[in-house]
Amino acid sequence: MSETRTSGPAPADRTAIGITFGNSNSSIASTVDDKAEVIANEDGDRQIPTILSYVDGEEYYGQQAKAFLVRNPQNTVAYFRDFLGKDFKSIDPTHNHASAHPQDVNGTVSFTIKDKEGEDAEPSTLSVEEVSTRFLRRLVTSATEYLGKKVTSAVITVPTNFSDKQKSALLAAANAADLEVLQLISEPVAAVLAYDARPEAEVQDKIVVVAELGGTRSDVAVVASRGGMYTVLATVHDYEFNGSALDKVLIDHFAKEFMKKHAGVDPRENARSLAKLKFECEATKKALSIGVNAAFSVESLAEGIDFASTINRLRYETIGRTVFEGFTRLIESVIKKAGLDVLDVDEVILSGGTSHTPRIANNLVNIFPATTTILAPSTNTTAVNPSELLARGAALQASLIQEYEAADIDQSTHAAVTTVPHITNAIGVISVSESGEETFVPVIAPETAVPARRTVVVAAPKAGGDVLIKIAEGNTHIKVTKPEPKANGSKAAKVEDADDSDADFSDDESEDEEEKREKVWKIGATLAEAAVRGVKKGGKVEISINVNADLAVTVTAREVGAKGGVRGTLSA
Amino acid sequence: MATTLVQQPLPTLPEGWAAEKDFKPIGSLTKASATQRTIEPVGPHFLAHARRARHKRTFSEDDRIQAQERAKNVEEENESDISEPEDPMMLQREAKDWKAQDHYKVLGISKYRYKATEEQIKRAHRKKVLKHHPDKKAAAGRTEDDNFFKCIQKATEVLLDPVKRRQFDSVDEEAEVEPPTKKQLANGNFYKLWSKCFKAEARFSKTHPVPAFGDEKSSKEDVENFYNFWYNFDSWRTFEYLDEDVPDDNENRDQKRHVERKNANARKKKKAEDNARLRKMLDDCSAGDERIKRFRQEANAAKNRKRLEKEAAEKKALEEAQAAKEAEAKAAKEAEEKAKLDRESSKKAKEAAKTAVKKNKRVLRGSVKDANYFVSGDASPATIDAVLGDVELVQAKVDPEEIAALAGKLSGLKVADEIKAVWEQEVQRLIAAGKVKDSEIKAFKA
Ligand SMILES: Nc1ncnc2c1ncn2[C@@H]1O[C@H](COP(=O)(O)OP(=O)(O)O)[C@@H](O)[C@H]1O
Ligand SMILES: [Mg+2]
Repeated sequence: MSETRTSGPAPADRTAIGITFGNSNSSIASTVDDKAEVIANEDGDRQIPTILSYVDGEEYYGQQAKAFLVRNPQNTVAYFRDFLGKDFKSIDPTHNHASAHPQDVNGTVSFTIKDKEGEDAEPSTLSVEEVSTRFLRRLVTSATEYLGKKVTSAVITVPTNFSDKQKSALLAAANAADLEVLQLISEPVAAVLAYDARPEAEVQDKIVVVAELGGTRSDVAVVASRGGMYTVLATVHDYEFNGSALDKVLIDHFAKEFMKKHAGVDPRENARSLAKLKFECEATKKALSIGVNAAFSVESLAEGIDFASTINRLRYETIGRTVFEGFTRLIESVIKKAGLDVLDVDEVILSGGTSHTPRIANNLVNIFPATTTILAPSTNTTAVNPSELLARGAALQASLIQEYEAADIDQSTHAAVTTVPHITNAIGVISVSESGEETFVPVIAPETAVPARRTVVVAAPKAGGDVLIKIAEGNTHIKVTKPEPKANGSKAAKVEDADDSDADFSDDESEDEEEKREKVWKIGATLAEAAVRGVKKGGKVEISINVNADLAVTVTAREVGAKGGVRGTLSA
Repeated sequence: MATTLVQQPLPTLPEGWAAEKDFKPIGSLTKASATQRTIEPVGPHFLAHARRARHKRTFSEDDRIQAQERAKNVEEENESDISEPEDPMMLQREAKDWKAQDHYKVLGISKYRYKATEEQIKRAHRKKVLKHHPDKKAAAGRTEDDNFFKCIQKATEVLLDPVKRRQFDSVDEEAEVEPPTKKQLANGNFYKLWSKCFKAEARFSKTHPVPAFGDEKSSKEDVENFYNFWYNFDSWRTFEYLDEDVPDDNENRDQKRHVERKNANARKKKKAEDNARLRKMLDDCSAGDERIKRFRQEANAAKNRKRLEKEAAEKKALEEAQAAKEAEAKAAKEAEEKAKLDRESSKKAKEAAKTAVKKNKRVLRGSVKDANYFVSGDASPATIDAVLGDVELVQAKVDPEEIAALAGKLSGLKVADEIKAVWEQEVQRLIAAGKVKDSEIKAFKA
């Protein structure tokens, strides 16, 4: 963030919250005793639609404003967050078709709405920044009311591809709302932080895929989590497969159902009917995330005709197949982009409203190995509500940094601090298998930022004695084993062996046997050798590898519980 | 972070391993072993890192720019590859004719076609939306005609659905590469022309990788592999994109079923035609493939060579057999002759020996006669009998060599006593050898 901030409150005078300012929905969160909590606004909503609506000079926001999309679309502004800091020619107005349309005012994106009272009051033309300021002000007000203290400051989440210009525009909008932005943090990292801050979480080296599936966009990132520090390795951004594409699946379905009964009346052709249809379809979609059946009913859907219907989850998953599979391919593509394999992924965090959809998580279970944890409500009982992850992460970060001076935060998040070398290969130690084969034991994982230090304890040979500590680089490759082609003869033999009852069954199973894929370590260049002498029977050796900021490597090794040991340094 | 415990043991120190202070540096990490990346300034562990890294220093705006330039960028905005000029005719298209539109051209990625990645399609779509969304046109005061925008949406709908995309790719004439004509082939470039054609055809392959066509230097194995693959080609090409529209189920059911049947038959027919087309293409290509001719010639030459070699070998064997037979016959004849000679010569020798014995016996008998039977005056018949008896006895007891030896000793002797001494000596020898008994001797008693 290169812009100068307006002088904010002193650290002691701050009340800081976390904000997710989404294109569809926003959330506010605060921390109580280091635990993040998402705040419900005065309507009782924790997911607050990022929408403003003006009726008779009165401003509505959130769920109330969303309801006005049916009756008052031209004075309702929705899906504007992504326009911040963009010129008119580079915005996608697709989602604004059913509300106030974005306009080109000397290149700045603006909306013309009647926001003042009176039949013949002049409409106002508001820049997207002004709209954002008004909306953020409402969020801050809600938080202030809930906390009973004036909220002064916030950490706000943004997508990883938010440009400097977009960030500046957001900061300006927040400042105009009298809100100090302590820091803008990226969405996937906020989600990881929300999970890592849970008391039961342990600091671990892991590869995390964060799929942030929202209403108008899907953003997926591969994050290397190393010793509690996070590095984004690759990202993809998609505007085709998202919550509104799923809404559309249901819109088309129910429109056709309606037309079966009322031939020639297409509720999609009329703006108001379409708005009603969309509103109800989203509700039905959410209901299908929880139940296996959902009702759909709209009064006076089109031409004064009421319409009611039902749908079950299976049907929904069938008609939405292309969208569901689109999510899966998107997630696969970012892993490939990072140069990794599904076998490298330790966790998948599903974040964003659309991540409530069971089918999406279940499809992921099929492409990832059983060792990958899929963190979504339908696959993991300990999963955090995907709609709350970002706000929680932002609130946690806010509580971490609110005691620092603004200048201090600026310096700490400076690129000179954040840009550091990450080792390409793993660094590890060689151990020997029973058959005498050398195997690589990774100690520092690839893509670890330096400086870094890791320690392992490795058993000495059973008899003890002098042991060799061999430090090497290593990397992984994927070993594919094709299934043995099943000879007809052996099949017959198998049937004879098996009980009559389950012979057929086991046959079926072997038929769709897949190739086996494993991740194996390959030993690379040797860095150093060292000796630890006179290890006692059944003893263990503790080995520490330390990589400095300048890539110098220090190795220390000693018998656990003994004095002495060896130490050596490899200068970079 | 928790320390991990590894059960699989460390190696034992090899015999003779030694290093100063027990540490032997071998390699090191270099700049090339690391990538400059940006850590996210988030979380408690980052705060600790920042504290160490800053160390009370102050960084400037220049430092920021430099550091950002160093860092690997994970957010590339690469849209240069999707910037085709828009054909004004295309912009006039009617959305309801979407089936006939070139979806790739509509999205401005006609140079990629079936090769376009999903990401390219998405980026292309977004770019078109930014430009052609009706709300944007309206904002710019242009007509609110959204026909072309609908074309864009339709193109994207088809291309982002893998099933529909294959259906379209199956009949995408723009992606087709016609097999080279005779005229084209007349100018050479056989391998380049066919290669292009098969490369395009390979888009329908269910299995990958598809073997390459290769060139004149390809090995026989590769060429055989190629034709094997293509003569057994497993294609996903389908023809439902060309289906006639099926009427809504609200309308006449019979009519609906009729159209469906018609479509199914049409697909089948087109698929069969496509298989035949591919087959003909392969036949044409292989018929003109010099490599196949060359391999055949080489195979024939090799076969001929083998035949000639075989014939030569057979001839040689025959000749050798004949020669062997002749040699055998010759040897047999020679052996026979030699045996005959041997037989003859041994007969002669025997006769000679017999004559020698006779002659020697005559010498022996003569010797006693010359010695006048060892008496002076006329020898009595009894004396003669006794002496000759002993001579007979000795002669009978010795072999021809001994007779010859004895005859040698006796010949030339004239003195009776000397002769007698020789006889007595011989008799003594025989008695000593146990061949003659003392009592048998009558005259030559010592
Ligand atoms: N329980 C649910 N099941 C399925 N979809 C949901 C659910 N809750 C919210 N959504 C969908 O998630 C989308 C909004 O996601 P969100 O992360 O809030 O949006 P954004 O990131 O675009 O601001 C909408 O399409 C909404 O319909
Ligand atoms: Mg979001």
